[in-house]
Amino acid sequence: MSLANPLQASFAESTARERVLQLLDAGSFTEILGPSARVMSPHLSQLGVPSSFDDGVIVGEGRLGDQAVLVAAQEGEFMGGGVGEVHGAKLVGLFQRALRQRPAAVLVLAESGGVRLHEANAGLIAVSEVMRALLATRAAGIPTLMLIGGANGCFGGMGLVARCADHVVMSDAARLSMSGPEVIESSHGVEEFDAKDRALVWRTTGGKHRYLMGDCDVLVDDQLGAFRAAALQLLGQARPLTLEALEHEHALLAGRLADHGDAADAVDIWRRLGIADAPSVVNLDAAELRLLKHPAQEGAQP
Amino acid sequence: MIWTDLLPGLFGEHHQVNREGELLRGTAQLDGQTLAVVGTTDHAAIGVELALAQARAVLDTVRDHPGRPILLLVDTQGQRLRRRDELLGINRYMAHLGLCIELARQRGHRVIGLVYDQALSGGFITSGLIADACYALPEAEIRVMRLPAMARVTKIDESRLAALAESNPVFAPGVENYVAMGGVRALWRGDLAAQLRDALAHTPTTDERARDGAERGGRRLAAEVAQRVAEHPAQA
Repeated sequence: MSLANPLQASFAESTARERVLQLLDAGSFTEILGPSARVMSPHLSQLGVPSSFDDGVIVGEGRLGDQAVLVAAQEGEFMGGGVGEVHGAKLVGLFQRALRQRPAAVLVLAESGGVRLHEANAGLIAVSEVMRALLATRAAGIPTLMLIGGANGCFGGMGLVARCADHVVMSDAARLSMSGPEVIESSHGVEEFDAKDRALVWRTTGGKHRYLMGDCDVLVDDQLGAFRAAALQLLGQARPLTLEALEHEHALLAGRLADHGDAADAVDIWRRLGIADAPSVVNLDAAELRLLKHPAQEGAQP
Repeated sequence: MIWTDLLPGLFGEHHQVNREGELLRGTAQLDGQTLAVVGTTDHAAIGVELALAQARAVLDTVRDHPGRPILLLVDTQGQRLRRRDELLGINRYMAHLGLCIELARQRGHRVIGLVYDQALSGGFITSGLIADACYALPEAEIRVMRLPAMARVTKIDESRLAALAESNPVFAPGVENYVAMGGVRALWRGDLAAQLRDALAHTPTTDERARDGAERGGRRLAAEVAQRVAEHPAQA
């Protein structure tokens, strides 16, 4: 990164390693099972597909605001951040480590298309194990934070994992959802979802829509420093999973279906949320969007 | 197996499960103990409504019947592939179902998953796969994606994937492979009531799938890698 202040660099354009190093306090990160350990996928070579020495995810420990944290960062450039057997196991191990060490938070810099199809069955089980390990960490009162700002977004099984965490932070350049637009287009046709219509894709799954809907707690600019500041604010803030919290979530989701289930486009939803000039939302930056958000807006995750 | 044939095998005449569209919901009795039954049928595509309806059934059980075991009946083609679902935040709806099941587990409900017909990908992650453990009937089908689609997405020749599927459980559909990898705890053959009785008594509440996968030889690295990360010496 050539910028004078690396904290101003784009999160989306940084590598997973650069993200971790800038997110944490300078010089505090120690990687576990890094590239030199050569813990690689046993399955990709059988397919003749290149492997990565870290299987596309960095895990380790460090400090944030001088508090101990554990951190994972998925590398979207390797297999779209897809979760395979080893990749998933590193995430699971990090959450298990959290139960021993009780850090101020576990930070996951998620960038993933979900299950790595090259390891189909193993990837599916791995995603499920990551979800259960995260929930066990959360149940122990250790906050789990999902930081989503990579160009590949956070989809599939990792989109589910994200919504199981205590907090979600997104940039306005990021996307969070379930099925990628290409998958939907190939299944139901271009008139159902035109994957090449970038404006439509971002309106439907992008950070601004997720923030206005309350699907992410914090919306930040696409800057490493902005993610760091947001994570600092959320340290130590656990959200216990209670019947009351889930009843609240259930009412919120039922209400959303009643209010917006017939909406044809995100702009219709934004208008119904009380935003007078809804089409202009796409031109606003994160700070302007935060100001715009109605105080009675549906809110945080359970 | 269709659900109307499954229930008598599990509970004899002692079941009160209703079908509402693709949702299955109700109760059943085994040895005089009442279970909540929640699931889907017709290879349901799990959209926002169906995720929410299943969550409601689980929440009602937690609220009104503390400790009542929950049997999740899985038959899904995966998440619904529609732009409307993405717009509404289907990942949040499905995660909500998963969180409700997690809450039940944490509050002492035994939660058993049973793939009685078909389980695909996303629809499976926040149902059977987040139970205490998931079981399957031998004739059930579990997969992430069909081989032709997998070949298209991975750009790997379908014949090569098919050949690998012969020897490597990772690439092949089929419940036996999920058993070998630890994702399915066991197949239920023969006396289904006896299998359910045994599952309710002996299913661990901790996640044993990686260890099972290593012991069964279907997934050799997951448990070891996780342990190495968890137990790596801490920095000062």
